[in-house]
Amino acid sequence: MSTNKRTLNYALAINEALHQMMEMDDSVFLIGQGVKSPWYVGNTARGLLQRFGPDRVIDTPVSENAVTGAAVGAAIAGMKAVVIHPRMDFMMYAMDPIINEAANWHYMNGGRASVPVVFWGVINRGGEQAAQHSQAIHAFFSHVPGLKVVMPATPSDAKGLMIAAIQDPDPVVFVDDRWLHYNEESVPEDAYAVPIGQGAIRREGEDVTVVGLSYLLPEAMRAADELKKEGISAEVIDLRTVKPLDKNLILQSLYKTGRLVVADVGWKSYGVSGEITAMVAEEAFRMLKAPVVRVALPDCPAPASQSLEAVYYPRCRQIIDAVLKIV
Amino acid sequence: MIRIRRCEESLVEPILRDEVKCPVHLYSGEEAIAVGVCACLERTDYVFGNHRSHGHYLAKGGAVGPLIAEIFGKKTGCSRGRGGSMHVIDPEIGMMGSAPIVGGTISLALGAALASKIRKDQRVSVSFFGDGATGEGVLYESLNFASLKKLPLLFVCENNLYSTHLPILECRINDVIHEIGKPCSIATCRIDGNNVIEVYETAKDALDQCRRGEGPVFIEALTYRLRGHVGPDDNIQGTHTDIRPAEEIKEWTRRDPIQQFERHLLTSGMITLSEIEAMITEIDSEIRDAYQFTQNSEFPQPHELKNYVYK
Repeated sequence: MSTNKRTLNYALAINEALHQMMEMDDSVFLIGQGVKSPWYVGNTARGLLQRFGPDRVIDTPVSENAVTGAAVGAAIAGMKAVVIHPRMDFMMYAMDPIINEAANWHYMNGGRASVPVVFWGVINRGGEQAAQHSQAIHAFFSHVPGLKVVMPATPSDAKGLMIAAIQDPDPVVFVDDRWLHYNEESVPEDAYAVPIGQGAIRREGEDVTVVGLSYLLPEAMRAADELKKEGISAEVIDLRTVKPLDKNLILQSLYKTGRLVVADVGWKSYGVSGEITAMVAEEAFRMLKAPVVRVALPDCPAPASQSLEAVYYPRCRQIIDAVLKIV
Repeated sequence: MIRIRRCEESLVEPILRDEVKCPVHLYSGEEAIAVGVCACLERTDYVFGNHRSHGHYLAKGGAVGPLIAEIFGKKTGCSRGRGGSMHVIDPEIGMMGSAPIVGGTISLALGAALASKIRKDQRVSVSFFGDGATGEGVLYESLNFASLKKLPLLFVCENNLYSTHLPILECRINDVIHEIGKPCSIATCRIDGNNVIEVYETAKDALDQCRRGEGPVFIEALTYRLRGHVGPDDNIQGTHTDIRPAEEIKEWTRRDPIQQFERHLLTSGMITLSEIEAMITEIDSEIRDAYQFTQNSEFPQPHELKNYVYK
């Protein structure tokens, strides 16, 4: 990895990954709604159309099923397709090509064909957008064998995981969150991949392990700062990949701390926080010094009104409260 | 056509004896469509099939042995025993796959055509689907997108008049399917899908148009299943699960595509009866070898269950 760094925000880090991959590999192309329209996908597609032309940067009608299927079909035919859904709620229309076709394709054809496609979905929460423009459905995809699911929380990982997703021979669901788009940090300039399936320890600690995902990772970091003031040392893990789960990283941390808080950006029931908790119960029950506490969205559709949004989305405060329950 | 027919019919007894466990949708009676279209294709062109795709696989050049082995769930099958009859594939000859989610592979063929357009590699893609797939929204999305981007894609609707067990007029407002291409400015036609020469000539013109970059073409090929929708009961005519009128079956049996083509070749002196018989003997021997190959092949081992989930 180059040491030559400069500051980039999360959206521009994704943009740089796309520029570099499309430059390096003629088989990479981007398709989906709004790739021509800056207001639609933030800055993630900036300059791509001008540089690579409309054959490889393809804006589309609102036909998620056919367009996503086309990305899958192109991948089966040897291309590396990136299909963007600027609001991942609309991916519900594309469940057939994602799950029935892409996820199963390699298996049900006995390994005769693989599907190197990236399903890129943006969680668009907040701003009083209500139930159909706010959903985080990463757990649906994580349930399905054959898919990989990545959810970078930092600009550097957004770039490195987009590159890894494009290079991967299997279908990868890449989920980002508008709330992260303007976070900035120093990002290496070269084209590097962050390995899929590896979490990262963002902060070392002794008393409790906090696993954070996507926008809840920066919230978990703030929570750790606050807890430190109260003399509690929290270890913060950035999950980065939801599937395959980096079990060892979580278990090793838990071996040290014996206490676990999982902060997931999806609904509480039947989701990522439940999966991690069950994994720990199966594999490390005796390590636990206290019950696992989950921070997640309540089992309720996303509301519109700001007064309801304020209680709907967990933040730093809820993570602190969760830790205080068990430490 | 004879190879497909003999292959399909060879499966009837094993299906009835319950030796074949996976659902099998026989292509008997519809052979002229796969053969007429695939005769116009290069090896590198792409074909996507559906649940009834043994014929597409064989017509594109797939070998009989791996097909039969797959249907019997063997490790040597074309999908290594992970797919069964509904997932036949051979990417090396451009048979890119088949799947029973109705309409599910139409958009995959759309994407393969998009890949060809991006690469400018002159390949064409063919999507074979049935009349039942006209009930799926993805078909209409795909028609629009293919036409909008002028993709080299041939839509081939094999209209056998029944969507599983439902007559076409019980699931569509009319029975003229090809016209659904017209609002998307797609050249369309309806042909006799049991006339292999008509299929070949129509497909050839259509594929030339695709290769010239003039956009997709939609062919509706009228045909009829000589067997039922899916075995075992349903693959025998006259049982309670095949509700089609006996008279209708009889009429379409008279229009058997192989018999029609044989009559044409014999009366025009292009072939002799003994040449046809020799062809059948050779094909039957190939099919016998395929069953022997299948019988000698192992089932996938339990410890291999999770192979191929990821590459």
